[in-house]
Amino acid sequence: MTDPRDPESGPDTGHGVLGEPSPLATGALPDPMPSRPPRSQWRDVWDQFKTHKGALLGGIIFVAIVLLVFVGPWLWPYDPTQIDIRARNQGPGLAHPFGTDQLGRDTLARMMAGGQTSVSVGLAAMLLALGLGSLIGVLAGFFRRLDGILMRFTDLFLALPLLPLLLVMMLLFRERLNAAFGPETGIFILIVVAIGVTSWMPTARIVRGDVLALKEREFILAARSIGTTNTKMILRHILPNVLSPIMVSATLGIANAIITESALSFLGLGFPPDFPTWGRLLFDATDYLQQYPERVFWPGLAISLTVLSVNYLGDGLRDALDPRIRGR
Amino acid sequence: MTPKTLLLGAAAAMALAPAAMAERGSDGELRIIYWQAPSILNPFLSGGTKDVESSSMIIEPLARYDPEGNLVPWLVEEIPTTENGGVNEDLTSITWNITPGIKWSDGTDFTSEDVKFTYEYCSHPEGGCAQLTKFKGVESVETPDDLTVVVNFSEPTPFPYGPFVGGESPILQKAQFEDCMGARAPECTEENFNPIGTGAFRVTDFRPNDVIQMEANPNYRDPEKPAFATVLFKGGGDATAAGRAVMETGEFDYAWNLQLAPDVISQMEAGGKGVAVAGFGPLMERIHLNQTNADPSLGPDMRSVSILEDGVQQNPHPFLTDPAVYKAMSMAIDRPLLVEIGYGQAGKVTCNWVPAPEAFNSDSMDCSTQDIEGANKLLDEAGITDTNGDGIREKDGVPLSILYQTSTNAVRQDFQALIKEWWSQIGIDVELRNVNSSVFFGGDPGSPDTFQKFYADVEMYANTFNGTDPQSYLGNALCSRHPRPETQWQGENTSRFCDPEYDELHAQLTQTADMEERARIGRELNDMMVQRGGMIPLVHRGRLSAHSNTLGGVDLNVWDTELWNVADWYRKNE
Amino acid sequence: MLTFTIRRLILAVPTLLFISLVIFLLLEFAPGDPMAQVPLTVPPEVKEKMREALGLGQPAPIRFWKWIVQFFWIEPQVLVDHVLGTSFSAGDLRVISWQTRSPVMDIVVQRVPQTLWVVGVAYVVGILIALPIGIYSAYRQYSVFDQLGTFVSMIGFSVPPFFSGVFVIVIFSVNLGWLPSIYDTTHRVTDWDSFVVQLQQMIMPVMVLALQITAQISRFMRASMLDNLNQDYVRTARAKGLGERVVVLIHVLRNSMIPVVTVIALGVPSIFGGAIITEQVFKVNGIGQLLITAIQANDLPMVQTLTFMFAVLIVLFNLIADVLYGLLDPRIRYD
Repeated sequence: MTDPRDPESGPDTGHGVLGEPSPLATGALPDPMPSRPPRSQWRDVWDQFKTHKGALLGGIIFVAIVLLVFVGPWLWPYDPTQIDIRARNQGPGLAHPFGTDQLGRDTLARMMAGGQTSVSVGLAAMLLALGLGSLIGVLAGFFRRLDGILMRFTDLFLALPLLPLLLVMMLLFRERLNAAFGPETGIFILIVVAIGVTSWMPTARIVRGDVLALKEREFILAARSIGTTNTKMILRHILPNVLSPIMVSATLGIANAIITESALSFLGLGFPPDFPTWGRLLFDATDYLQQYPERVFWPGLAISLTVLSVNYLGDGLRDALDPRIRGR
Repeated sequence: MTPKTLLLGAAAAMALAPAAMAERGSDGELRIIYWQAPSILNPFLSGGTKDVESSSMIIEPLARYDPEGNLVPWLVEEIPTTENGGVNEDLTSITWNITPGIKWSDGTDFTSEDVKFTYEYCSHPEGGCAQLTKFKGVESVETPDDLTVVVNFSEPTPFPYGPFVGGESPILQKAQFEDCMGARAPECTEENFNPIGTGAFRVTDFRPNDVIQMEANPNYRDPEKPAFATVLFKGGGDATAAGRAVMETGEFDYAWNLQLAPDVISQMEAGGKGVAVAGFGPLMERIHLNQTNADPSLGPDMRSVSILEDGVQQNPHPFLTDPAVYKAMSMAIDRPLLVEIGYGQAGKVTCNWVPAPEAFNSDSMDCSTQDIEGANKLLDEAGITDTNGDGIREKDGVPLSILYQTSTNAVRQDFQALIKEWWSQIGIDVELRNVNSSVFFGGDPGSPDTFQKFYADVEMYANTFNGTDPQSYLGNALCSRHPRPETQWQGENTSRFCDPEYDELHAQLTQTADMEERARIGRELNDMMVQRGGMIPLVHRGRLSAHSNTLGGVDLNVWDTELWNVADWYRKNE
Repeated sequence: MLTFTIRRLILAVPTLLFISLVIFLLLEFAPGDPMAQVPLTVPPEVKEKMREALGLGQPAPIRFWKWIVQFFWIEPQVLVDHVLGTSFSAGDLRVISWQTRSPVMDIVVQRVPQTLWVVGVAYVVGILIALPIGIYSAYRQYSVFDQLGTFVSMIGFSVPPFFSGVFVIVIFSVNLGWLPSIYDTTHRVTDWDSFVVQLQQMIMPVMVLALQITAQISRFMRASMLDNLNQDYVRTARAKGLGERVVVLIHVLRNSMIPVVTVIALGVPSIFGGAIITEQVFKVNGIGQLLITAIQANDLPMVQTLTFMFAVLIVLFNLIADVLYGLLDPRIRYD
């Protein structure tokens, strides 16, 4: 979420409530800071992160989901495309814990294969959007000359209606990418790029705002007065301080990408029907809502759980990465 | 209501004939849902099924097909034939006699001038008329008097029932459309959205791609019909929702074309508010076998390009033209299972390219049982074996690997997965590909992915023909119809099938007027195409629609529009 | 402020022209064919003739120029004619849809009411639910209510409407039979009874949409409240002995609303854009459904016009959001 900070609020204006998120925080307090050797920044981040119970749980669940979908297929004997026509439309059982679909394909195997795609799409699209957004945001905020043109560019993208643009991109490049990279990689690249280039703008705006505010601060002036170059300045002083909003955008981005992908499946413009993703599985199962409710349940649960865990993770990361909150 | 009609009504009810007691407008509102919304009510400008069907409630042709595929007179006295003198001896002209007293919904008389005008409207070179093929071969349309129409053909036409017959070729009112000819056609929004017709209903409000509201036509020729006073024709959504609205919630009376999985349909029927009805036209799902070499390493001048010399293909496919290969491929397919998984009630096993009408349906082949062993044996005997131990057979050193393409559609992808599995069991390696249907069927000569360009070894889609006569449809396998670079890749013969014998027999068909003889030739042509490896028929697909339990008079018609007899529909009393 | 607004407005003109060109080029290069939905029984020669009749034979720059003239010159005249009863536009060719062969703007005007009814009401309902949830969640951060609110809003965010829509239809229309599953766009509200019918058919699509809107706005509200609750002026207010209610609901809320109001303003164009999936599921047939059917049918004039109108709205509301921000927050100065 955007939480606009204004330049007036100094680094140490009261954050009392935020600083003591829960009684658990007291666990970190007894360390008398000065008596110990200097701690690394990431150690601080981790300590702060640990105190956020929801974030910790979210992180664990997210890692578990990622492990399950990427490592699971190595352990699970069924192939997602393997057809066993005698065993079709089965409910959950010993051989197929999640049941089978209308062609007798194992739902658990398909869930894992679908998860691979959905999670990869989410991560890759998020990274792309984040990279673009942070780059443009930092450049626009830091270099005054670039600000005008980059922000008009951002406005242009904001004004391009996202879904139609996405749809047109689908139609436009799908077949060419299919030809160049094969159907699966081609459509993957396309969906990632489509979601990525249509969702970087909020990140860019937020980052720019924060950078503009940071630039006026004394430590930047100090750094500049000792002759720090622009590149160093951005990497050492600016980026670490805007990491918190970037992280929030990142977690939202993953969730958004997974959901956008499922919406594309609904409109018939996402991955082809023979290529499982969670969104696709959920969409296909919707017709069978009354007969086989469990088919809707698993992909629905997977999407919700991922989105939920990622969001809690984001909340925790935001608190942990914000130097104003950390260590209190 | 006068006492007399009440009495009559009571008498009719006693006679257990609920349909007969109808009085115009007595049954309230008819609610129809089409999940593809109609966008225009002038079928000459659209050609989409949804538009043809919705407009058929308003505008009508001179004659229609009934559910059995027979011609029935609609706005005329009788069907002209050579016997009754309506068709002349040398088969070059047909004379229609319009029933006297038919009026347009605005109260003016329906005359032969309107029929003639319809021909002129559609054949205008700048109009872009979608039903132009209906008027193919028409030289002129004459109007000797107000009730007589003579259609002259430029050459003998054994089947002269193209123009003004069936839902695709209705009659427009001259007075209304006079100023909408040619390039002006798109400017006539009011006319295209609100055509004046002779049908049972007339439009009161048309909202493109959303909803049509209609009311009973006060000038309809049968004073007792239609039974419904108004119609709400809703469009949009998806087939599942349409089926649910009729069979489960009972919000609508009729839902069109429910392409749904069989178990979804039966679940909906269990809702108890309505039933699904199926009808079978000539629509069939098939796999076309590319007769030319589609190897991607060939350049654009050679890949899938048909080069014919005296009817012999100079660029043949390395193995698909081998009878052992295509026969084995066909034998390995379990068609009953495909029907069960993909279409249920709305599908039948077929081995034929022309599965309907019944007279044209060949019975010389049987393909209802899967025979993987037999297929393997056939290939072994033909010497097509796996020589290098990779599980894939080779013919003359070329491995049997095929690229199998189709349009993106959930049922087709299920079929692809199943058929890939079966073919792999007979040592054929299959790569699957699906193409967005607007590209696949789009006909853009620049795209490598159209079904005409056929940059694959086999491809699957469905096709059909209008009316009951398959002559021009059978013409789709003629050598001259190959899509080629010179024709901008246009042409109906996607398989690039070519057989001089076939061409000769087809030429004979165009000269034959006797119906039985035509059917015999038709069946022979069908067998030739299938047995000589042009295609592998899979499923004869029907139309599945649903109507509520309280709607009477529905008689699903696949040869004309489904709403052909909407004037006879009525509300059943429960 | 005024000069800022005027400068932005002037700047918007070339931006929008550029956007219209970008949209046109995107559509131009997209593969697909308006004739793809015509049955295969219509032979290719006839399809070619139909394409020519649509004007597809003309070169792209001419078609773009025609569209510009039709959209910026003829359509406003039609509007003037409609309002004042004049006849400036008589005989001029308007932007014509390929599917329906009728003016695009007429269909758009037809679709706006149902979109506003459903999507607009959902937006308002969503905001009305979101604000209290966001405020209370922030005030009692990490309380059970906050956790529950976060959880529910995340569920609302993560369940795609094509599923939640069908789910409520199966429950409330099929199993309970309380509500209609298909939205009747021809329904007119004339009296209390017809209003109840309208309410019944609106309730499911509105709630499905509102759930998503609530999920997003309540997160914004919470974050913004949290930011302000820790400010010095809050401490001062409490120290002055002001009541907790006054502190939170007047001092903090007023300041926290600044970013939220802009976020709400930025979301307004999406009301007009309709909700493609929800409209499809409930058969509301608004602007969103119009757009998706036009895309599926490759109806380029329709897609071009609709997307461009969204672009205008987005640019406009971006500007409104910026101006609002400046008006509400005296610390921000545009110069």
